[in-house]
Amino acid sequence: MRVTFKRDWIHSWLLLLPAMVFLFAFTHIPAVTTFINSFYSTPRGRRPAKFIGLENYERLWDDPVFWKVMFNNLWFALGTIPLSIALSIAMALWVNDKLAGRSLVRMAYFTPTVLPLIAVANIWLFFYTPGFGLFDQVFGALFGWSSTNWLGDPATALNAVIVVTVWKEAGFFMIFYLAALQAIPVSLVEAARIEGASRWTIFWRITFPLLMPTTLFVSINAVINSFRLVDHIFILTDGGPDNASSLLLFYIYEVAFRFWETGYAATLTVALLLLLSALAIGQFFFFDRKVHYK
Amino acid sequence: MSDPLTGAHAGKAIRLENVSKLFGESRAVDDVSIEIPAGSFTVLLGPSGCGKSTTLRMIAGLEGTDEGRIFIGGDDVTGKPSSKRDISMVFQSYALFPHLSVAENIIFGLRVRKVDARERREKLARVADLLGLSELLERKPAQLSGGQQQRVALGRAIIGEKPVCLMDEPLSNLDAKLRHEMRVELRGLQQRLGFTMVYVTHDQVEAITMADQVVLLNAGRAEQAATPRDLYERPATPFAARFIGTPPMNLIPMSAIEPLQDMPTGLLLGVRPEALCLADDGGLSGTVRSVEYLGADTLADCEVSGSLFQVRLPGSRSVSTGEALRFTASTADLHVFDRLSGGRRDDLIPEIGSRLRPQ
Repeated sequence: MRVTFKRDWIHSWLLLLPAMVFLFAFTHIPAVTTFINSFYSTPRGRRPAKFIGLENYERLWDDPVFWKVMFNNLWFALGTIPLSIALSIAMALWVNDKLAGRSLVRMAYFTPTVLPLIAVANIWLFFYTPGFGLFDQVFGALFGWSSTNWLGDPATALNAVIVVTVWKEAGFFMIFYLAALQAIPVSLVEAARIEGASRWTIFWRITFPLLMPTTLFVSINAVINSFRLVDHIFILTDGGPDNASSLLLFYIYEVAFRFWETGYAATLTVALLLLLSALAIGQFFFFDRKVHYK
Repeated sequence: MSDPLTGAHAGKAIRLENVSKLFGESRAVDDVSIEIPAGSFTVLLGPSGCGKSTTLRMIAGLEGTDEGRIFIGGDDVTGKPSSKRDISMVFQSYALFPHLSVAENIIFGLRVRKVDARERREKLARVADLLGLSELLERKPAQLSGGQQQRVALGRAIIGEKPVCLMDEPLSNLDAKLRHEMRVELRGLQQRLGFTMVYVTHDQVEAITMADQVVLLNAGRAEQAATPRDLYERPATPFAARFIGTPPMNLIPMSAIEPLQDMPTGLLLGVRPEALCLADDGGLSGTVRSVEYLGADTLADCEVSGSLFQVRLPGSRSVSTGEALRFTASTADLHVFDRLSGGRRDDLIPEIGSRLRPQ
């Protein structure tokens, strides 16, 4: 009896082992190491890393670039999340209706998600090109605007990046909303229609509340993505001009692999991790009261 | 202001004129004309796929009408949306809004129509009291039993005091005992409030027990519209004869019955199993093929010249397989159908009745 019990125990651990090895090797150990490294100086040549306590954190607090990219990231999140969610709900509502060529429209909306971000950024780079780019040509022909350096002007660079991100993400979120919409029984909408509710009322009183679990899921994903997606910045602006379009993760990359200040980069990474977990926990508590789960 | 829950608001009559619904090539509802008197309880009855739900949804305005016209209270509503038809509806799945409380579910329509808060509260209190929901108003639908959910759906339908209420198999998700209670309650509610009820079901017991008028549908067509009693006693077609009554009416080709062999061809004799009685010199003979003992009575499957028919015999009379029996039936219990036209041939009944009587 006791022997079989023990063997079961070993058995379960063995089954869990392969997944655990990878999780520890690539997630937990690096996270812990990063945390430890943030208290050490960057090792250089013959000088090994030495413990410097909170010195890196003091530097972070006084670093104007850090606050700049934090502010940029906040603006980037505020610009992308509500816009991409609103857009994805609108698209999902539209392609959920009966319309001719519905699957074609669905596919068209999903295409940005399938394309690699680097390739997408290259296309957008052309759209934004001053003088002969798509935007300048269209706006020039329509409103007679002079040529604008969308990506080169500190005032517009970050917003230009936001537009690309919204375009990229909305189609992906649409898929979740489409699935959620199809799970709402048609009879609910019919019952509301018989009671005399307008399309607008049906959306705000029935559809949108029932989509809340999806909105929670999508918004957490969107928040994480707003700190995680930086591929297009490499192509579009390289963080410039004067860090106007640099985001936190892009700055971490620069510090770690361009300036090779790995100790300070570890500190920045810890700050990013703390921020993300605080946001995720906060969202769960904030939404929990408003979300109806079946 | 009169108390709206005592029947002061009268129902409206509904009229369907040659209504058809096409799904691609197939005609789900085919040239159906129905008269539903104001304040009546009308049941649309039929097997699944006969078009009864589609007919109801066309009255509700949830499906478009491809041919024909629909009138509610004398107004042509054929092209109007559901909200302009002055109706309420109870769905088979109840269609309660899962994120709203019972109270909010019931007053949903009042809120949409911007009825002021005081009136909403008063009406809600009355409806909740009437349906015994007063204790449950703060709950969510998921916290209710099936029967309670049914009541909430009912509450949402009656609080608007609409002259017409449509119901699509509302009792099919309840257990047998609850279904019986709700049948009695629904009928009582409808008579008390006086609205016109159109009720869809495939259950003949529901139809027979509740309806003022039953409209029997088959393959998209209306077979017969009659009171439950007429439908049972004078079915217009062989389909109606077989659909109402358990076990169904026997339809025996005349050519199989010895004393009737010289009657015109293509005629069917209809006689219910309970209408046949044993008589040593009766006109209908049969050999017992199988026997089902039910306690109070016995169901015997008999054969005559290759045709099977059922007989309900008193439980005290024991019969055994292979036994040859003779039956008779009173003229009033006989039905004659023309297989080709599908109609009754009442003119032949006296003649046939006399031939089947013991000589």
